[in-house]
Amino acid sequence: MRLRSGVFASCCLLVEALGVGLFLRGFFPLPVKSLPRRGARGDRPPEPPPPVSSNWTKIPAPLFKKIVIVLIDALRDDFVFGSKGRQFMPYTTELVERGTSHSFIAEAKAPTVTMPRIKALMTGSIPGFIDVIMNLNSPALLDDNLIWQAKTAGKRIIFYGDDTWVKLFPKHFVEYDGTSSFFVSDFKEVDDNVTRHLDTVLKREDWDILILHYLGLDHIGHLTGPNSPLVGPKLNEMDNIIKKIHTSLLSKEGELSLPDLLVICGDHGMSETGSHGGSSLEEVHTPLLLISSAFDRKSGPLKSLVLVQQTDLAVTLAIGLGLPISRNSIGNLILPVIEAKTMREQLRFLHLNGFQLSQLLQENVPAYEKDSGFEHFKIAEKSHGNWIKLYLEGNNSEVLINLGKKVLKQYLEALRILSSSLSKQVAQYDIYSMMVGTVIVLEVVLLLLLSIPKALSSGAEFEVPLSPPLCSLLFYLMCLMLCAVHVVVCTSAESLCYFCSISWLSALGVMMLISALFCIILSALGKMCTYPKVPAKNPAVSNSNWLELDVLIVAGTIGHVSSLCASSFIEEEHQTWYFLVNTLCLALCQEMCRHYFLVKECDLHQSSSTVKKSFEEVKEMAHYKNDSVDIPECDLKLGKIAPSAEILKGSEKWIGLASPWFILIFCRLLRSLNQTGVQWAHRPDFGHWLTSSDHQAELSILAAISLAMIFILVQRRCSLVSKIAMALGLLGVYSYRAAIGNVAFPWQQDSKDISKGIIEARFVYVFVLGIIFTGTKDLLKSQVISTDSSTKCLGLWDVYGGLVLLAALLFRPHNLPVLVFCLMIQAMITKYIWKPLNFDAAQITIMHYWFGQAFFYFQGNSNSIATVDISAGFVGLDNYVEIPAIFLTGFVTYTGPLLWAVHLLCYLSSEVSRNSAAVGHGCFCYALICSIPVAAYIVLVTGLRYHLFIWSVFSPKLLYDGVHVFITAGVCLFFTAMDQNHSRKIQD
Amino acid sequence: MKDTEIKRLLAAHIFCIFSIILTTVVPSLFLENFSILGTHLTWLCICSACVASVNIILYIILKPNPSSKRSSLAQKATRFLKCCVYFFVSCLLFHGIIVLYGAPLIESVLETFLFAVLLSTFTTLHCLCMLGPNIQAWIRVFSKNGALSIWDNSLQITTVCSIVGAWLGAFPIPLDWERPWQVWPISCSLGATFGYVAGLIIAPLWIYWNRKQLTYKSR
Repeated sequence: MRLRSGVFASCCLLVEALGVGLFLRGFFPLPVKSLPRRGARGDRPPEPPPPVSSNWTKIPAPLFKKIVIVLIDALRDDFVFGSKGRQFMPYTTELVERGTSHSFIAEAKAPTVTMPRIKALMTGSIPGFIDVIMNLNSPALLDDNLIWQAKTAGKRIIFYGDDTWVKLFPKHFVEYDGTSSFFVSDFKEVDDNVTRHLDTVLKREDWDILILHYLGLDHIGHLTGPNSPLVGPKLNEMDNIIKKIHTSLLSKEGELSLPDLLVICGDHGMSETGSHGGSSLEEVHTPLLLISSAFDRKSGPLKSLVLVQQTDLAVTLAIGLGLPISRNSIGNLILPVIEAKTMREQLRFLHLNGFQLSQLLQENVPAYEKDSGFEHFKIAEKSHGNWIKLYLEGNNSEVLINLGKKVLKQYLEALRILSSSLSKQVAQYDIYSMMVGTVIVLEVVLLLLLSIPKALSSGAEFEVPLSPPLCSLLFYLMCLMLCAVHVVVCTSAESLCYFCSISWLSALGVMMLISALFCIILSALGKMCTYPKVPAKNPAVSNSNWLELDVLIVAGTIGHVSSLCASSFIEEEHQTWYFLVNTLCLALCQEMCRHYFLVKECDLHQSSSTVKKSFEEVKEMAHYKNDSVDIPECDLKLGKIAPSAEILKGSEKWIGLASPWFILIFCRLLRSLNQTGVQWAHRPDFGHWLTSSDHQAELSILAAISLAMIFILVQRRCSLVSKIAMALGLLGVYSYRAAIGNVAFPWQQDSKDISKGIIEARFVYVFVLGIIFTGTKDLLKSQVISTDSSTKCLGLWDVYGGLVLLAALLFRPHNLPVLVFCLMIQAMITKYIWKPLNFDAAQITIMHYWFGQAFFYFQGNSNSIATVDISAGFVGLDNYVEIPAIFLTGFVTYTGPLLWAVHLLCYLSSEVSRNSAAVGHGCFCYALICSIPVAAYIVLVTGLRYHLFIWSVFSPKLLYDGVHVFITAGVCLFFTAMDQNHSRKIQD
Repeated sequence: MKDTEIKRLLAAHIFCIFSIILTTVVPSLFLENFSILGTHLTWLCICSACVASVNIILYIILKPNPSSKRSSLAQKATRFLKCCVYFFVSCLLFHGIIVLYGAPLIESVLETFLFAVLLSTFTTLHCLCMLGPNIQAWIRVFSKNGALSIWDNSLQITTVCSIVGAWLGAFPIPLDWERPWQVWPISCSLGATFGYVAGLIIAPLWIYWNRKQLTYKSR
C-alpha cells in the first residue's frame, strides 16, 4: 500500500492517540473501589466482647447538637495562625489563643482543587487524580459520605455557597443557595450572596447542620495573589462572620442541651502566585479550627500546631453527630475532640474508627491479615475487651485508668498504620492497560523513526508493507498469543482492569493492531537490512556534512527527552525550552553571518546566476569554494565589493543579521512577563505588576496597543472582508475586557458596574466564526475549482487570523503582548531568516515546534494543573456548558503550539512552488517530533510510578502531554487535508 | 616542522592548564577564607587575570603568527588600544547574551559581568593574542576550513569548548539539590573553566591524531 508521508503520519498519530488514551485510562484509575452505601442503622460493631457481655451495643450518642461548617476557599494556614491572622482576624485569633477551641493544620492531598477537596472532607477518602478533570463537571457523589449519612439519619442540612456542593449532593439540603465560582473577577457578590442568609438562619431552630462555603478569598488569590491589599479586608469580613456565628451559637446554648460545634476550615491553600492545584506547602496546609463550649479553654498563645489530615474531619464529624462513619473513609478520629469524655467512651469511639478502617482494608487487600495495622488493631481490640471486663467488674482504681491509657495508645498506633496502608492503596495502577497503551505508542514511534529516510525523500511517498505472506503467519501467531495472554490476565486479575472490561471485539481489534504494527516494523527492518545501500546512494542523504543547526536540533531533542527523568526539570521545563530557543536563535545568527559574509562573497566571486538553489546545493558549493578558492584573496575582495552592493540588499542584510537578536530580546521580555514553574514562580514579574489593581491604566494602554499591533500584523495577508471583521472583532475584545472590568475606557473613569460581558464576547465570537468561515470557503474553493495556490494561502491566512482573534478574546489582557510578540517573531523569522537561508521543511518544522513549546510557557502555563486558566471557558457563556467550556479552555492553554503549527502550515503551503512535498514533510516531522517525547515520557512514568512526586509533578505533565498528542493528531489531520488538495492538483 | 610546532603548542597549553590549577590553590595561602565556591567572585577575578597574563606572556614568547613587516611604536599602541576596546566590547556582548539567556537584569549584575569577563578571557583574549584586532581574520578562522595553522585549529577548539562548557554548565541550575555550586554563576563559570581546560587538552591531541589530514595553505 502506497501512502504519502502526511497521511501516514496522521494515521500513526491517530493510533498513538489511542495508545495514549489507553495508557491514561490505566494510569488514572477511576476511584478503585467505592463501597456501596449502607443504612444509617447498619451493622455497628458492639464493644469488643469481654468475657461478660457488654451492654453497649447501640450507636453512641451524639456529642454536639448543631454543627456549623464555615469553609473558606483557599484559606491558607498563615492567614489564620500567622501575622495576617493576628492583624485582620482578631476575633478568631482570640478564640485560638484563649477560647474554647482546638486548632490544627489540616494537610490536603495533591490535587488541591476545590471539588476533590470537598469530597475528601465529606467522605474521608482520597479522591483519585482524575477528579481534577471532573472538577468542572461535578456529577453527584455516589460514595458513602457524611452528608448522605446525616440526611438518612434525619438531620436537616442547610447549605449556602459554592454550587459544586449542590451538584455533588443533589436533594440533600433542605435549603440551599448556590453561587457560581467561575466569575473569578467577582469577589464581593459571591460572599454577600452567602452572608445575606446568615441573620435569618441563625435565628431559626429548624436545622442541624449549616454549611457555608465562601469563595471570595480564592477569587482574590487567583486575581491578585496572597499578598494583595484585598486579602486583608476579606479576612476581616470572614472574621466578622465567624464572630457573628459564634456569639449566636453561644447565646442559643442552654444549660441542659448538648453544645454546638463551629468548624472553620479551608479546602486548600494558596501558592505565592495565588493559584492552587499543586502540592507546595502553601497550597497543602490549611487551618482547621474546631470551636465548641465543650472544649477546655485555652490559655495563652498557641505553641506548635498539630498536623492532621484533611480526611480526618469526616470521621470526627460523624462521631460528633453520632452518625456511622463513611465506609470509604481513611481518616483518623481527632482525639482532642473527645478528650473530655470518659475513658470508656473514648475507647468506644476509637474502636468504631478502627473497626471501620479494618473493614475497608479487608475489602481492598486480599492479604489483610498480614498487615501490621490490622494486627495492631486486633491486639488493641483484645486489650480493650480485657479493660471492659475490669471496668464492668467495678474496678475504678488508678490501675484501670493507666491501663485505659495504654489501650488508647495501642488504638492510636493501629489507626495510624491502618490509614497509611489504606492511603497507599489509593495509588493502584492498572498495569495491564498501561502496558497495552505503552506497546502501541512505542510501536508507532519506532515505525515513524524507521520510515524517516523514505518519508523525507523528495517524493514524500513510501510503501507500507501490509501483506507479505511471512508477516501473515507471524501476525496470526501473535494475535493468538496476545489473546491467550489477555484471557490469562483477565481471569486472574484481582483488581479492576479497564482493558479487561471493554468488549471482546474491541479488545481483539487492539490485539490485531498491535500485532499488525509489530509485523510492519519487522518487515521494514528486514528491508533496511537487506538493502542497506539503497539510502546511501541517495544524494540527499549522502550529504553527511552536518550543520551546527542540525547538531543542535538533534542534541536539543535528545536533551529535552532525557531531562524528563528529573522532577525538577519537569517543574522547570520552561527553562529547558527557553534555553533551547535562545541557543537556536544564536545558531540562526551564526547561519546568517555565514550566509551574508561567506557564501555571498563566494557567490559573487563565482558570479553564479542560479537564484533558487536548494539548501544542500548552496552548502556544498560553499564548501567546495572554500576548499579551492584562495581565502585571503576572498578576504581582500570583501572590502572592495561591499560598498558596491545595492542599498536595498544592504538594508535587508542588516535587518536579517539583526533579527535573531530582536527575537532574543522579545523572548527575554516575554520570559519576564510570566514567571512560571515552581522554584522562581514567586519572583515578581510584569504580569502581576499589570494585574494589580493600581496599574489598571497601564494595563489598559498596553492592551489597546497590543490589539492595534495584532491588527497591523495580521491584516497584511488577510482578505478585505476579514480585515474589516478583524478590526471590529479586536474592538469587541477591548470592550469585552472593559465590560468585565479588566481594563478601563478612558471616558468612563469610575464605572463600578461589572457585567459578565456576554454580549461583547458573543459579538467577537460572531466575527471569529465569520473570519474562519471566509477562510474555509476559500480553502474549499481552491480544493474544488483547483485554482492557483494563492487562494489556498489566502484561506489559510484567514483561518489563522480567526484563531488569532479568538486567542485575543480569551487571553487575559496582560497576556496580549505574548500574542503580539508571537506574530512579530513569526513575521520576522519568515521574511528575514527563512527566505534567505533556504532551510528544508524538516528543519523549519522542528524550529516551529520549539518556538511553539516556548510560547506554551511564555503565556504563563506550566506543568502544574494550577496554571490552567479555567475562566477562559466561561467567556461569553451564561453558565457552565460543558463542551464549549472544554474546547475554549483547551484552546487557550495550547494557543502557543497551535498558532505556531498553523503558521507552519501557512508558510509551508506558500513554499509549495519551491518544494512540492514540503507540507507532507512538515506533517511527518511534526508528528515525529511530538511523539518522541510522549513515548519516552510514558515509559519513564511507568518506571517511576512509585516515585514520591508522581502525583504532584509527573501526573500533571502526563495529562498535558496526553492532551498535546490529541491536539497534534488534529493538527496533522488538518495538514493532511491541505496536502490532499495539493497532491490532487499535481495529479491533474 | 609540524611536530615541533605541535610540541610548542602542547607546552603552551600545559602551561595554561598549570596556571589555572595554581589559581585554585595559591590564593588560599595569601587570602583568608578563600575557596572557589565561597568567594567565587574573587576567584573569578584571579582566574581571569591569571589566564589573561599567561596568554599574553605566551604570545610574546612564542609569536605563533609572526607578522612579516615591522610596525612602529605608534602602530603597536593603536593595536593595543584596539585590543582593549575589543575585549571590553566582547565582555559587554557576553553580558548581554547571558542576560538574554535569562540571567537577572539588575540583581547580581557583578556576578554576571565577571562571568562575562571570564568567558571573554577564555575566548576573545585568546583570539586577540593569536589574530590581533582583525575581524576578517576572525571570520576566516571561525568559518569552515578556514584554519591556516595548528594555532588556528587549537584556537577553534578551545573557544568552542569553553562556550559549550559554559552552556552545559547552566543545566544543573534548575535542579532542586540546593548545593552551593548551583548558585549563579558558579556552575556556569566552572563549566566554562572545565570546557577551556578540556579544550586545551583536546586541541594538541586532536591535531596530533589528524596531522596527516591537516594541510594548510601558505599565506
